[in-house]
Amino acid sequence: MYRYSEFDDAFLAARNAQFRAQVARRIDGSLTEDEFKPLRLMNGLYLQLHAYMLRVAVPYGTLSGAQMRQLALLAEKWDKGYGHFTTRQNIQYNWPKLNDVPDMLDALAEVGLHAIQTSGNTIRNVTADHFAGAAADEIADPRPVAELIRQWSTDHPEFQFLPRKFKIAITGSEHDRAVTRAHDIGLRMVEQDGAAGFEVIVGGGLGRTPMIGKVIKDFLPKADLLPYLEAIVAVYNVLGRRDNKYKARIKITVHENGIEKIRELVEAKYAEIRPAFTGIDQQMLAGIEAQFALPDFTDRDTQPYDVAYKNDPVFRAWADTNLTAHKRDDHAIVTVSVKAHGATPGDATAEQMRLLADLAAQYGHDELRISHEQNVIIPHVARADLPALHAALKAAELGTANVGLISDIIACPGMDYCALATARSIPIAQEISNRFNELKLEHDVGPLKLKISGCINACGHHHVGHIGILGLDRGGVETYQITLGGDGTEDAALGERTGPGFSYEEITPAIERIVLAYLEQRDSAEETFLQAYRRLGLAPFKAALYPEANEKNAA
Amino acid sequence: MPRPFTPKVITANALLEGDVIWFTSKDEWTRDMAAAEILTDEAHATLRLLDAERQQNQVVGAYLADVNIDGGTPAPTHFREEFRLRGPSNYPSHGRAAAEV
Repeated sequence: MYRYSEFDDAFLAARNAQFRAQVARRIDGSLTEDEFKPLRLMNGLYLQLHAYMLRVAVPYGTLSGAQMRQLALLAEKWDKGYGHFTTRQNIQYNWPKLNDVPDMLDALAEVGLHAIQTSGNTIRNVTADHFAGAAADEIADPRPVAELIRQWSTDHPEFQFLPRKFKIAITGSEHDRAVTRAHDIGLRMVEQDGAAGFEVIVGGGLGRTPMIGKVIKDFLPKADLLPYLEAIVAVYNVLGRRDNKYKARIKITVHENGIEKIRELVEAKYAEIRPAFTGIDQQMLAGIEAQFALPDFTDRDTQPYDVAYKNDPVFRAWADTNLTAHKRDDHAIVTVSVKAHGATPGDATAEQMRLLADLAAQYGHDELRISHEQNVIIPHVARADLPALHAALKAAELGTANVGLISDIIACPGMDYCALATARSIPIAQEISNRFNELKLEHDVGPLKLKISGCINACGHHHVGHIGILGLDRGGVETYQITLGGDGTEDAALGERTGPGFSYEEITPAIERIVLAYLEQRDSAEETFLQAYRRLGLAPFKAALYPEANEKNAA
Repeated sequence: MPRPFTPKVITANALLEGDVIWFTSKDEWTRDMAAAEILTDEAHATLRLLDAERQQNQVVGAYLADVNIDGGTPAPTHFREEFRLRGPSNYPSHGRAAAEV
């Protein structure tokens, strides 16, 4: 893992001291809210419905045990004992007091964490495949490059006032777990003639105008990455629309100008700035890469795992859903579900965070990851240790065997917290999760990604959910629209709207009707919901959703 | 005929705590919505909002919110204001309503 250099420490200390002074000046009246707001946002501090909210970046989703313990400390000391892991691999604290925030930031700096550029029209926290560094299907660990991008983009003088926020996602695997096609820039590692480089995707995004990103460069050699990124962002910085907030993201710039013109401008800019990159960035990257070396694995007999798998059905169910293939056969990647049935997706208590840190230390080489799906990953666990790990998780309500199933719901905070939301998301997620737990159907239903956003900004990624739910305010009433067939992987697709929305009371039964229709119509248990949807189209699901319309048509 | 004016209260978030507060007729801020000044005249409401906004060192983002008046007590008309009053539905104990009981 990356360890902060003296430069990083000094930069962060100076920045935190600066913000501490800004907070003091806001409180003593020297700064108005209009003056203070952009300053607090640059440091991750929002004002939400009931309180301030501090959004802390988890760089490319990677945490050490010490960092996780510090996140627990913040939750306990300055919040209400929990934190909320978000769909951008960040953690949010929902209840900080303005006076306490400078101390919180200093505490984060002690473990090499910060909240810089988690808001504002800047390059945000770079997100990465949450199985990075461990996945069996990986070309190379993308995190050293993500760290390089973090260093390049943090406080980048040219990119502090972009037309709009800017999000970069990166994956080192063919299988895209980082939703790269729905980011301002997506980077997908590919190989050409034995050398690793990147497919560069630009102009993807969700929100009110969802778009799948377009490939601007098939193969970019790794060494050319920073100047090429800088060229894209520089072109966008000039060309992006500042006249209309809703047309300011790069997806609109690409859409309005066409990918060919953008490519032409980027190539021209790239040719201009490339000579200024004399290789210092590559030297730095080499230094970073050395810090991301694989842990020292030891060969382990998998027998304890095999025995537990054979004899313990609870363990087997968990192993079937929550484990992913590791680079080594005798190890596994563990996804810890932070989605116990009926719980708030992504919320972890301070005790749970500490337990996860302890378990990572004991069984997982002290490494943790946060996924954009709001779960916690322990990426390197010997299969022999899995039964003990599972037992410890189960005792802390972290043993739910539902990863990838319908109750593993992504949900934004919605109108229970967010000032932008138009409807609630969390209680909808809780109710759907509880309902499918009652029905005991979810393992039979199999892989199904349900994603809920409480407004059109789509933090809950509903457009790329197999089932997406969008909460809206329709005439002063919470109303929920359903989309089907979205996909956030390398086969990215946007979901299709089923028709009229449903009320708060109607939405869970509506989802149940969709799932029952799938069970009825699938050609075998092997055909997933998404496959069935692609084969059948919207019609059978619409029929299940709107039975009144069928009767009317039949009459 | 002009549209009848929907009664309003002035609400904001406290500068230090960030929590939801309402403006009283005494130019003070309260955490009890029932103590909020009820504004029934549009021109007066606009002036009172200016008074509230002047208290920059105490509050953030003051605005007028519609209310229903029931027995002299204001109640939110929109679910957003209802949630601001009650607190988050996933942890009722974190909300103001629970704290006051």
